[in-house]
Amino acid sequence: MTTRILDLPDVSYVLPGNRSCAGCGIGIALRQITAALEGRMVMTVPASCLTVLGGMFPIASVNVPWVNVAFPSTAAAASGIAAGLRATGREGEMTVLAMAGDGGTGDIGIQALSGAAERNEDFIYLCYDNEAYMNTGTQRSGLTPAGARTTTTWAGKRENPKDIPRIMEAHGIPYVASTSAAFPADVYDKVSKARGITGLRYIHMNTPCPSGWGFDPKDTVRLGKLAVDTGLVVLYEVERGVFRLTGRSASLAKSGKPRVPVSEYLATQTRFRGMKPEAIESVQTWVDERWARYVARDAGACD
Amino acid sequence: MSDDVSVMTGNEAAATAARLARVQVIAAYPITPQSPVVEQLAAWVESGELSAEFVAVESEHSAMTVCIGASTVGARTFTATSSNGLAYMTEQVWWAPGARLPIVMCVVNRAMAAPWNVLNDQQDSMSVRDAGWVQLFCRDNQEILDTTVQAYRIAERLHVPVMVCYDGFLLSHTMMPVAVPSPEQVDAFLPPFTQPFTVVDPADPRNVGPVVLADPRADETGAVRGGYMEIRALHHRALLDALTVIPETDAEYAAAVGRSWGGLLWEHLLDDAEVVLIAAGSLGTQLTLTVEALREQGVKAGVLGIRAYRPFPVEALREKLAGRRLALVFDKALSYGYEGPICSDLRGSMLGVEGAPAVFGAACGLGGRDVTPDDLAEAARRAIADLEAGARTRETDWINLHLEG
Ligand SMILES: Cc1ncc(C[n+]2csc(CCOP(=O)(O)OP(=O)(O)O)c2C)c(N)n1
Ligand code: SF4
Ligand SMILES: [Mg+2]
Repeated sequence: MTTRILDLPDVSYVLPGNRSCAGCGIGIALRQITAALEGRMVMTVPASCLTVLGGMFPIASVNVPWVNVAFPSTAAAASGIAAGLRATGREGEMTVLAMAGDGGTGDIGIQALSGAAERNEDFIYLCYDNEAYMNTGTQRSGLTPAGARTTTTWAGKRENPKDIPRIMEAHGIPYVASTSAAFPADVYDKVSKARGITGLRYIHMNTPCPSGWGFDPKDTVRLGKLAVDTGLVVLYEVERGVFRLTGRSASLAKSGKPRVPVSEYLATQTRFRGMKPEAIESVQTWVDERWARYVARDAGACD
Repeated sequence: MSDDVSVMTGNEAAATAARLARVQVIAAYPITPQSPVVEQLAAWVESGELSAEFVAVESEHSAMTVCIGASTVGARTFTATSSNGLAYMTEQVWWAPGARLPIVMCVVNRAMAAPWNVLNDQQDSMSVRDAGWVQLFCRDNQEILDTTVQAYRIAERLHVPVMVCYDGFLLSHTMMPVAVPSPEQVDAFLPPFTQPFTVVDPADPRNVGPVVLADPRADETGAVRGGYMEIRALHHRALLDALTVIPETDAEYAAAVGRSWGGLLWEHLLDDAEVVLIAAGSLGTQLTLTVEALREQGVKAGVLGIRAYRPFPVEALREKLAGRRLALVFDKALSYGYEGPICSDLRGSMLGVEGAPAVFGAACGLGGRDVTPDDLAEAARRAIADLEAGARTRETDWINLHLEG
């Protein structure tokens, strides 16, 4: 199923006005995520920018049940909510959605997430990846890209980010997808598909962050698309072990056209300011190798 | 009564209580000496003897989190842990009461590492005494069963979690006869966990546990809602209400099942006692032998057992202790650099009380160090000698300590 952007449902569970920064990618995507679940959901959220977006007592900005939990505990909380709904005979009433940042997912929360994935718990886990600990002031995370300056990597991070979707795939869960907040229809379709699957469904969502990355809030979508055009971010899904590129990444692979050089993408954000040519080259090589692997997998190769 | 008496360990008594309470979600992670509780419950869920969700989590942090998630949607939950397991879940040990969730957890008391030691003391649960749980200590396996069932009633009336503490190995792995109430008796005492409304309902969405500011704040209708301090004050009030609810629950249990445990405190030969020996847990049972021996030697001694450590039964202790000469507190834990936690709490609550006894402290049994009723009697005689020599305060007396030099 591919929904065209103009056909996205005209409902919004995200109320007008929330506490995220102007241009924040989370808000764009959350509209589609909640719409895909038609509000028949409970979401659980750890400490993060998303907590802030959700509002401050006694005012909330999103009109779906929402349970805040401790930073490392998202996947365990979702397991508990799912178990509690089953135990009280309410499991058919709503989809359980765990939604956390890259730090809450790939760093401090990875233990609980791995446990839940191994148990194949019945919920959707969506990681919005803004590539650093934004809520606490843009510190590096394990998913921060090489070259990015953060408040704990002043000279630029040296290491490439870890590949959480692949780690999740290795757990043998029924559905893993990679999407981007810059493609609302792709987000909508992947969450809709995940909704119909039982077991742990993992969706990784690249989420441009004007404040932490250093770009103009009007450019959120443009930058998100550019990231896909370089191959830094790849849209795909792995359904019961079968990999396929989706949306713009699929067309890019099919077209055989050259991808946009990463240098063009890196030049759009102050976090990459002053990156040395060798460092840029090394990111380009890393992206090229990964891209080749994705294309080969899409063509049916095992890796 | 129609009780069925079986010989069982403390851990089996705890698991049996969870089964009788018809828990709906269990999440736990194994650690000595708690493991048999988890193993037993897993077996009952597998065999269908217990209809519940058993979530075999990957850590204690997740065990408490699963209980938090399940309790939030209205399920009755149970977990158990010990020592480092409790320390590992500490973040969530604070979250559960802050979120006002009626979770029940057995803490099978064990020494904290480092160095590794799997044996009993009470340092683990003492180290989270301030988190806002009701903490009840048990002196034998029968009390473990009865208290764990009672804990659900207390937790669900007050919306605070309850920690049932019992001594590792001394109780957890020791067989004793335990009278098991019938399911009908327990059902009559403990109604199903239902709430007047659910906080998780797509038809009436709420944001549970959001950021709360320091000061009260108006909602969208203009009504002013409490800030962080108001929420905490209500939590504190619930713990103080437990001072009434714990004895009431014990009395209701007595009516339904035929046994009660003294509510907040219990006593042995206390009436005319001048010297009162105080402890929580199975150490209290040992003290009953100690005071009997002391009485044979002409010392008017009695035992005051702490069943409820949080809330701390200040008024009840004042009433029991005013007019005595000496209160000697035996702690199986220490606030390092100060003294035993029960001792300092007790001393504080005696301040300004007319006829308050001198309060002395002793540390014993750390990391499973053996302590006999005779050792305790000797410690009592030392304390009496110190008092007679004019001491009104004293450093903590370490029982059975063998330091060189
Ligand atoms: C146990 C614990 N450690 C640290 C924190 C502080 N903290 C809150 S949010 C956060 C970073 C969140 O990063 P991420 O998950 O990427 O979400 P983002 O803020 O970027 O949206 C940190 C470090 C905490 N709340 N709890
Ligand atoms: S810091 Fe970034 S992710 Fe966080 S609210 Fe602002 S724009 Fe959104
Ligand atoms: Mg982040």
